[in-house]
Amino acid sequence: MEIEKFQYDNKIVKNFAYATMLWGVVGMLAGLLAALQLVWPVFNFDLPYTTFGRVRPIHTNAIIFAFVGNGIFMGVYYSLQRLLKARMFSDFLSKVHFWGWQLIIVLAAATLVLGFTTGKEYAELEWPIDILIALIWVVFGINMFGTIIKRRERHLYVAIWFYIATLVTVAMLHIVNSIEIPVSFWKSYSWYAGVQDALVQWWYGHNAVAFFLTTPYLGLMYYFLPKVANRPVYSYRLSIIHFWALIFIYIWAGPHHLLYTATPDWAQSLGVVFSIMLIAPSWGGMINGLLTLRGAWDKVRDNVVLKFLVVAVTAYGMATFEGPMLSIKSINAISHFTDWTIAHVHVGALGWNGFMTFGILYWLIPKMFNTQLYSNRLANMHFWIGTLGIVLYAVPMYWAGIMQSLMWKEFTPEGQLKWQFMDSVTRMMPFYAARAVGGTLFLIGTLMMIYNLIKTIKVGSFVANEDAEAPALVKEYHAHSKDHWHRWIERKPIQMLVLSLVVVLIGGIIEFVPTFLVKSNIPTISSVKPYTPLELQGRDIYVREGCYVCHSQMIRPFRSETARYGEYSKAGEFVYDHPFQWGSKRTGPDLAREGGDKLKKSDSWHYNHLLEPSSMSPGSIMPNYPWLFEDKVDVASTVGKIKAMQKLGVPYPEGYSEIAAADMEKQANSIAASLKKDGISTASDKEIVALISYLQRLGKDIKSAPKEEVANLSN
Amino acid sequence: MKFINYLESITGVGIYPLTSFIIFFVFFLAVTLFVIKADKNFIKEVSQIPLD
Repeated sequence: MEIEKFQYDNKIVKNFAYATMLWGVVGMLAGLLAALQLVWPVFNFDLPYTTFGRVRPIHTNAIIFAFVGNGIFMGVYYSLQRLLKARMFSDFLSKVHFWGWQLIIVLAAATLVLGFTTGKEYAELEWPIDILIALIWVVFGINMFGTIIKRRERHLYVAIWFYIATLVTVAMLHIVNSIEIPVSFWKSYSWYAGVQDALVQWWYGHNAVAFFLTTPYLGLMYYFLPKVANRPVYSYRLSIIHFWALIFIYIWAGPHHLLYTATPDWAQSLGVVFSIMLIAPSWGGMINGLLTLRGAWDKVRDNVVLKFLVVAVTAYGMATFEGPMLSIKSINAISHFTDWTIAHVHVGALGWNGFMTFGILYWLIPKMFNTQLYSNRLANMHFWIGTLGIVLYAVPMYWAGIMQSLMWKEFTPEGQLKWQFMDSVTRMMPFYAARAVGGTLFLIGTLMMIYNLIKTIKVGSFVANEDAEAPALVKEYHAHSKDHWHRWIERKPIQMLVLSLVVVLIGGIIEFVPTFLVKSNIPTISSVKPYTPLELQGRDIYVREGCYVCHSQMIRPFRSETARYGEYSKAGEFVYDHPFQWGSKRTGPDLAREGGDKLKKSDSWHYNHLLEPSSMSPGSIMPNYPWLFEDKVDVASTVGKIKAMQKLGVPYPEGYSEIAAADMEKQANSIAASLKKDGISTASDKEIVALISYLQRLGKDIKSAPKEEVANLSN
Repeated sequence: MKFINYLESITGVGIYPLTSFIIFFVFFLAVTLFVIKADKNFIKEVSQIPLD
């Protein structure tokens, strides 16, 4: 058999490794800033670009798509070549992929800072960047499949299955959730509204966790853990079941983010059942990872890379045990909207993704630079400081989350709510401060790693093209007559891709078809009308400033919530909400009934509150929004916005876009007049006026609905 | 976009999750059977790929 000589491309791996470290620090710094802002609002700097509502999406996007994203590509480009015994298909495509992805990250950072956002969590990027992401993802796909096709190893190792499932599912999720109608170059409205938007968004959001933060990293685990431990994975049989069960079940679990909301009950139940089932494949994977070290645990004592990998897999196990538990409705009733969720995701992000990435970096860099790690001692210190950071982050957040929830739900013996919302905010301060300390420790550890690796790089010499040799793959393969059907799939990458797609499509289709087609899912309410042009502009400001990051607009049907906020939310209330703004976290109170009876405040209250929240709500940690009082509403954009809404099916009368500006001025003048009565003089064309009009609209429609109609609504 | 409600109610829609569960169960059984029946040497050989 002819032995072929070839070279692995290490340069692309190195580039992605450097980008991982750079963006990791940026993402963590943004996280730290956000953490400090919640303790000391002065860190919002009274600037639009640095307020929490914009910093938090920068943090989440940077960690998910920049840090973990580059980490995925680093690991995939290294392992794929070796598992297939082939150089990447095209060096040019590798470069396009690398630089394209970095361009996306820079554009994302710049646009999020400027307030260009779709207002959908983890999918905030506007439509031109969405298109760019899709194109670069295709480049990655071509490069990956090109490499698979020219491989010298017939069998596709299980890690590659995870990479293929990632490729195809992320593409599907991204495209479906990003369907939006452009209004201008940096502004679009989601194609879906209300309940449908929520279901699509959380199908996406949940599976971004599944197929961006989990499946590619499981692939990396299946390659790097055996490699570092120098022993095969505990059970390859288990890994096959792990893969298929995981990708099949994961795709269904999205609605667990919407329990007790105005989504149909059947969808919630489906989400709960599949979320609980998910524990089996997840733990199958974790056990498979940990048991790979059976009989070799002594290696963990001496090998710092294994330490990181073991804690990563353990954190994966903890997070994937907790996830299904949080999906049980009675537990979710306590945990949802609180900092418990923040603790949960950080066990995953810091422990699973963070430590797995660090472990791989500590192993890869010395290997590619043909040297030893500069300091094992420093790496061990990083391990301990990082672990301590995770604990110091997670424990206060769990504590805070449970405390918040209990405070929100507590009644006095007389049947009154015991605590004001603000009480729960001020009680959080020590916990938020402790969280910032935990995050700082984690960041310090990361900086120690970067120093250690720079020192390693300085003494080493980079092997840009690593020599390798392997026999060529014989073109004609005669399958053994006893060959099983699954082995046929394992040899055929395209079949693997198609089958993976079919498996993930089943869950998606079954969840969506009834949601979009069944009338009874979203009972309409006769009094719910489209937003006025001014309210629409105000809503866009609400989205731009990321208010949804801290305020929900979804009152769950609990006594504690209806007593605090009013009538629970109904599906029919959101039919004109492109995008929906239900939120996922209550750092501040729910706003769904802000303009309704119970919570209604005067225009001047909102005016003063947005200028300096702590003046109206002592103890508030909400940022000041001084620019809303100076900047004018972009009146010219109104025509386009109304037209776009009409295209989406919002029933504005025909030709309304032409007279919208006049209506807008009329309503703005009335708000300015109401402010004047309270001694505030402001021009009616300022953004603050539009925002006040939107806040005053919230919860108003349902108030004027006939009582019998509301009583008949099941959700 | 206007979503046209083709179906009036959710009644009978139970066939969707039921079908999907059956698809999953059959597929899961098939994979499990393959895994149990798979040739020991083949499994061993394949699990060695990262170490080659």
